[in-house]
Amino acid sequence: MSINRRDFLKMTVAGIAVGAFPGIAIAGSELLKKKGQRVVIVGGGFGGATAAKYIRDWSKNKIEVVLIERNAMFISCPMSNTVLGGSRTINDLTRSYDALKKKHGVKLVQGEVTAIDPEKQTVMLANGHLSYDRLIVAPGVDFMFDQIEGLDAKVADTSIPHAWKAGTQTVALRKQMESMVDGGVFAISIPKAPYRCPPGPYERACQVAHYLKNNKPKSKVLILDANPDITSKKGLFMAAWNELYPGMVEYRPNAAVLKVDVAGKIAKTEFDDVKADVLNIIPPMKAGAVASMAGVVGADGRWCAVDFITYESKVHKNIHVIGDAVAAALPKSGHMATSQAKICAAAVVEMLQGKSPDQNPAIVNTCYSMVSNTEAVHVANVFRFNTEKQAMVSADGGGVSGKRSAEEGAFANFWLNTILDDVLG
Amino acid sequence: MKKRIIFALTCAVAMALPVFDAQAEVDKHARNLAGSCAACHGTNGSNKSGMPILAGMDKALFVTALKEFKSGARPATVMQHHAKGYTDEEFELLADFFAAQKISKKH
Ligand code: HEC
Repeated sequence: MSINRRDFLKMTVAGIAVGAFPGIAIAGSELLKKKGQRVVIVGGGFGGATAAKYIRDWSKNKIEVVLIERNAMFISCPMSNTVLGGSRTINDLTRSYDALKKKHGVKLVQGEVTAIDPEKQTVMLANGHLSYDRLIVAPGVDFMFDQIEGLDAKVADTSIPHAWKAGTQTVALRKQMESMVDGGVFAISIPKAPYRCPPGPYERACQVAHYLKNNKPKSKVLILDANPDITSKKGLFMAAWNELYPGMVEYRPNAAVLKVDVAGKIAKTEFDDVKADVLNIIPPMKAGAVASMAGVVGADGRWCAVDFITYESKVHKNIHVIGDAVAAALPKSGHMATSQAKICAAAVVEMLQGKSPDQNPAIVNTCYSMVSNTEAVHVANVFRFNTEKQAMVSADGGGVSGKRSAEEGAFANFWLNTILDDVLG
Repeated sequence: MKKRIIFALTCAVAMALPVFDAQAEVDKHARNLAGSCAACHGTNGSNKSGMPILAGMDKALFVTALKEFKSGARPATVMQHHAKGYTDEEFELLADFFAAQKISKKH
């Protein structure tokens, strides 16, 4: 396998408005000369990076894989709440894409997709285009800022971070917490399900409480949940709040934030105005913008319907969708994205080789949540393809930890290192 | 063997595809099932993080472990929730797959 030193193309980001196909102009020239079969993957998160590696490996390096990713480095969203608690830094969660390039021969293009033409099977970037035999869209989530009056992407970047993608906002939120007065209120607003990482907001409440308990013990964590109840690991989170952080965590169900007063740090629900010292609004989510460019978003305007044997879009042939963007009764998690990516990778290889994909997929999801700096809890399920329903259905026997433990805290750390090696190593 | 033939037939009928190599297809099914285990046990069952290594694991020990996780006879933090989602036939497929893997030092 030869590695082209110039396969890593640096691209400038241009904020070009996206035209709807048909009639998209093919931008510039072909960025990488296409010789054989090519899969283009947009999005180098857990799902996209896994698909890239496994298509290379399972095709014995015969299929060319081009991975388009806007960021230079991979930052793990799983476990990023521990940056708030203080047991990790953002650097501990940051990895490079080098092994994908050097060990697996994936061609990495750092850049921003501007349009996709499903008929001409072409992806447009600011300075040229890439044609494909099959496209995998792995865009993760975008935020629906318009659902909350007063909030937008700039406000999130500058004063009210969602920190729901790990990175600068995670660090910004930690800094806001560090400069909060003792006796202050840290408010977390949770959107209606489905959203990325179901147990994540409750884990975040634990991590914030852990920091506050040790540093600003008169402070409070206030959870404003748009859902009627805790959506994941309810008993375990309530036990952690009551036993580890007694009196510090207040939970309010049916409390969707509709409006924010940015300067006053006030979150407005249907019933209350809540004044906070640190305001962490996690907005409702939908499939990342690339899914709309590909025209694979469903009638709900949010998620993408797929065939669960191949993850091929129900709208366009030769376009597959994996990860958080998929419409399914599957948790939107990093592990789930990798599990889907492998089934998709296997199917893509089979289909390009003119064979039939695996008709009976079964996949796993596990989410560990750190409830303190040392103790964790999990939820784990196997999901099997159900032919009648043409859907992935949770198998019997899945469930949550009996109790929180340091043993699972250790396993959670092992899990992070192992999954990052599996995805990027 | 019976399952392989049924599986191949199902695919051939359902997809109206030409008959293909049943043996190769079953191996890929096992590989695909094993794919989900890699998040914890590493690519092809090798990891350097501290999780149990499955690559090269004796088939009988592997199957016994999963059956005991499933029945509850063997204490576990998380494996009971995975083992209960698979059939005994799938334990065999997974055991064959992992037994055939070499331990990778890189993972
Ligand atoms: C969420 C992490 C996780 C996933 C996913 C996972 N395992 Fe495990 N596995 C563990 C842990 C942790 C143990 C140790 C027992 C325990 O605490 O549950 C273990 C133990 C085992 C053992 C016993 C090893 C020994 O040396 O005794 C086998 C066999 C096994 N797992 C097979 C599998 C298979 C097959 C899959 C995929 C279907 C899988 N595991 C998926 C975490 C995981």
